Amino acid sequence: MITMSGRRPLVWAPSLGPPDRVLTLLALALSGTGLLLVWSATRMEGDHGLLVRQAVSAGAGLVLMWLVSRVDLRVLRAYVPLAYVLALLSLAGVLSPLGVRVNGAHSWIVLAPGVQFQPSEFAKVALALAFAVPLGELLDGRRRPGFGGVLLALVLAAVPIALIGLQPDLGTMVVFAAMVAGALLVSGAPKRWLLVLALGAAGAAVAAWRFGLVRPYQVQRLLVLADPGADPGGVGYNSAQARIAIGSGGLYGKGLFNGEQTAGHFVPEQHTDFIFTVAGEELGFAGAALIVLAVFALLWRGLSIARRSASPYGTVLAGSLVSWLACQTFMNVGMTLGLVPVVGVPLPFVSYGGSATVAGLLAVGLLQAVHRTKAMQP
Amino acid sequence: MSRARLFVLRLAVSAMVVTLLGRLWFLQVVSGERYVQAAADVRIRSVTLPAVRGPILDVAGRPLVTNRTRPVVTVDAVELAHQPDGGREVLTRLGKALGRSYRQIAEKVRSCGPSVPRPCWPGSPYEPIPVAEALSVPAALQISERQQDFPGVRTELRPVRAHPAGASAAHTLGYVQGTEGRDGLEGGYDRELAGRAGRRDVAVDNTGRVTRTVTEVPPVPGNTLVTSIDSRIQAIAERALGRGLRATGGTSGAAVVLESGTGRVVALAGRPSYDPGVWTDGVTAAEYRALPLLSQAVQGEWAPGSTWKVASVAAAASAGYALGATYDCPAGYPIGGRTFGNFGDADLGRMTMHGALVRSCDTIFYRLADQLWQRRSNVPQETARGFGFGVPTGVDLPGEAAGAVPDARSKKAHWRATRAESCRRAVKGYPELADRARAAYLTTIAGENCRGGGAWRGGDAANFSIGQGGVLVTPLQLARAYAAVANGGTLHSPRVGLRVVRPDGTTARAITPPVAGRLPASPETLRFIRQALAQVPREGTAAGAFEGFPFGKIAVAGKTGTAESFGHRDTSWFASFAPDPAYTVVVVLSQGGRGAEGAAPAAREVWEGVLGLRERR
Repeated sequence: MITMSGRRPLVWAPSLGPPDRVLTLLALALSGTGLLLVWSATRMEGDHGLLVRQAVSAGAGLVLMWLVSRVDLRVLRAYVPLAYVLALLSLAGVLSPLGVRVNGAHSWIVLAPGVQFQPSEFAKVALALAFAVPLGELLDGRRRPGFGGVLLALVLAAVPIALIGLQPDLGTMVVFAAMVAGALLVSGAPKRWLLVLALGAAGAAVAAWRFGLVRPYQVQRLLVLADPGADPGGVGYNSAQARIAIGSGGLYGKGLFNGEQTAGHFVPEQHTDFIFTVAGEELGFAGAALIVLAVFALLWRGLSIARRSASPYGTVLAGSLVSWLACQTFMNVGMTLGLVPVVGVPLPFVSYGGSATVAGLLAVGLLQAVHRTKAMQP
Repeated sequence: MSRARLFVLRLAVSAMVVTLLGRLWFLQVVSGERYVQAAADVRIRSVTLPAVRGPILDVAGRPLVTNRTRPVVTVDAVELAHQPDGGREVLTRLGKALGRSYRQIAEKVRSCGPSVPRPCWPGSPYEPIPVAEALSVPAALQISERQQDFPGVRTELRPVRAHPAGASAAHTLGYVQGTEGRDGLEGGYDRELAGRAGRRDVAVDNTGRVTRTVTEVPPVPGNTLVTSIDSRIQAIAERALGRGLRATGGTSGAAVVLESGTGRVVALAGRPSYDPGVWTDGVTAAEYRALPLLSQAVQGEWAPGSTWKVASVAAAASAGYALGATYDCPAGYPIGGRTFGNFGDADLGRMTMHGALVRSCDTIFYRLADQLWQRRSNVPQETARGFGFGVPTGVDLPGEAAGAVPDARSKKAHWRATRAESCRRAVKGYPELADRARAAYLTTIAGENCRGGGAWRGGDAANFSIGQGGVLVTPLQLARAYAAVANGGTLHSPRVGLRVVRPDGTTARAITPPVAGRLPASPETLRFIRQALAQVPREGTAAGAFEGFPFGKIAVAGKTGTAESFGHRDTSWFASFAPDPAYTVVVVLSQGGRGAEGAAPAAREVWEGVLGLRERR
């Protein structure tokens, strides 16, 4: 991502419009809430190491967001191929001896002890940027991508999805698929193609199930969703404890730093993928709903940005970014509420995790860039 | 982007948010209460704080059961689990200090579960788990002084039951297993003695480590049970019983002392007995099986023999026979082609019912029984039940036996129930018995019972009238019947407990033996019986045993009983009472021979002991 920060004056485009302040405020509010919740979730650890790390990540993410929001899309476009290739290389890297296995999946690259990142998070940014090229850079006079453009976009998506599938990281694969679907939808691709693709995806899912390509633990997670009592020792425990913590919060919660389930660490991964349980227990329905509504407002503004973008490229980029954040939020919160199988995706802006925090804020920065980039003056 | 597609996306995002918020509302607001409870269940662990059990005292406040403390080594399983090696090193070291292996200690600490073999810890892992109980004080000090070598191990003083009187009245007192009173008074008054265990709710984290105490309800100590047992008389009765069994070669027996007028139990001794101290250190399964846990005084059943005749005399009076009239007491009386003889086949001439009791004539009762049987009278059975036989006395001790009052219906039912077995035995015989004569006899009986039977015959009625033929009583049943004869006819449900006293000394409740009924006999009949029984130790069947007894000081009246027990030596009975002190004393020696030779001397010893106590005062 360093390559995109662009400190050279060349990239400072003088023609940018004003930023969307509400969008910025929402991102700041969600990041701040995330820090508080991470603090609460790790308060029994004795030191504030994790909180400090998360604060550093959020700070870095906010700086990057600010920088990216000041870049004209057309300038950004020049770096897309490089970002895409780097994303692919790092995704391939996690499968190499450089990668580290966490929770059963190879998804980390360790640069130095204590300095590690999750390529799949940055791959989301790179992929959003890359899709938008074939789908958004239309030939003269066309209003929607042609067959070739759609095909190229699918190919561009297929390679990282396949690499993620090898980790394996089902949650991220679903997020990628949602991004492809969102990008295709807003790009104006013909409805019948979308239909064919949707049917193809459904067929692939059924085939994967029928031919045993779904791993046993994934089946288990689906079963647990249907019957929370199944597998009490494994993923069912996690799911049940999450619901207990959230449910015990009631309407107004037990107060920040007062959650007893949180204090007892009953929900595994409560500072990362299950951070929403801390919100549910300590802030209650009022606070948890406010977080969901804040994400909703952010997505809504993102869609407005997609709609008003000066270029099809900006529309497709914003559309896939919104799809990413929407899908990931729904899966994460839905998983803690027992609506969606347990898949390891973080809650954007809120969960502990440097790569995810930075990537989420980068996405907001890109939305700002789309918002601020004006149409080419003739 | 077209409006339609934007709308689709906005719709999708909205639907997603509505779904999440709806589910959130359902979990937190609609079913929040349920999850609050579930959260508490996950987070809160309860630790029981045992209550100190109340003591049991005798009538004068002398301790029968108290508590003493002794060092116990306990282990905190949760703390051990948090040690890097799961506590292995500490337990190994502890084992060395206690002279045991790591395995022996670890077995006691592991929590019981479906796949965990015994021994294991059945309680909560949050409670201190005792690993060594029979521990010397120096050994305990050694561990408590080297606390840094034994993290997670504590030594504490725990109360255990102590029995100052040793093995005395073991069955009556009962025992405590864990925190639960079993048998005897410990079982019967468990709720009052136990007190109320306290509870400490602690919050734990996901690894089970205690983070803080949420609430604590302190334990309430148990109440004291004051009994009507006089530990001095109890000791006298135990000694007399023991001596009686040794002198006669009896196998088991019981001695009961009741307050005749109130139905209170003064002493209740049973043999074989055991030292209740064995429970303190825990008994193995093999030791448990070998323990004589049966309380002979309330659970032992024997044929009463001639002691039963008080009921038979009352039945005769009820059936219209004049007690003062004279009856013939021949050597034998024929019923159904068989002659029923007197004890020793002696012809005692003519006598009144007074004489029949004093000299224990059987044939007078055979004739009366035969005559009543021919009239299809059930007065004998009704009278026996009226004397409290055939039903438990309702004493405040668990597991009491009912005895048996056989009649036509019970005989028929028994015959029906055993007919198939009788027929099998009639064909197969008793090859497993070494005693061939006995086997042949039993085979003959089985044959008769297979072909027919079950009818209540004159012979059954005759046997019934002298306390044989299936009649069974417990020593306590016989004692309360004699107490009723002594007190003018009031049949009590005996009580050992006198009152329950709170730890602060106030009385929680006073216990009065309830009246169970009135004897089916007129005051005149009872007076007649008392007068007859008064002669028994002076000039009747017990005159030998009571030779030289100071009747001027205690006017003991009584009745001997010698019950035949097929295949064994006779059961020896003596049932007695006195007007002052108004006690009833019953002694039974199983296989103790004749009543006059076994039980009567033992009863005399009890009376002399009582007299000695009175004179010392």
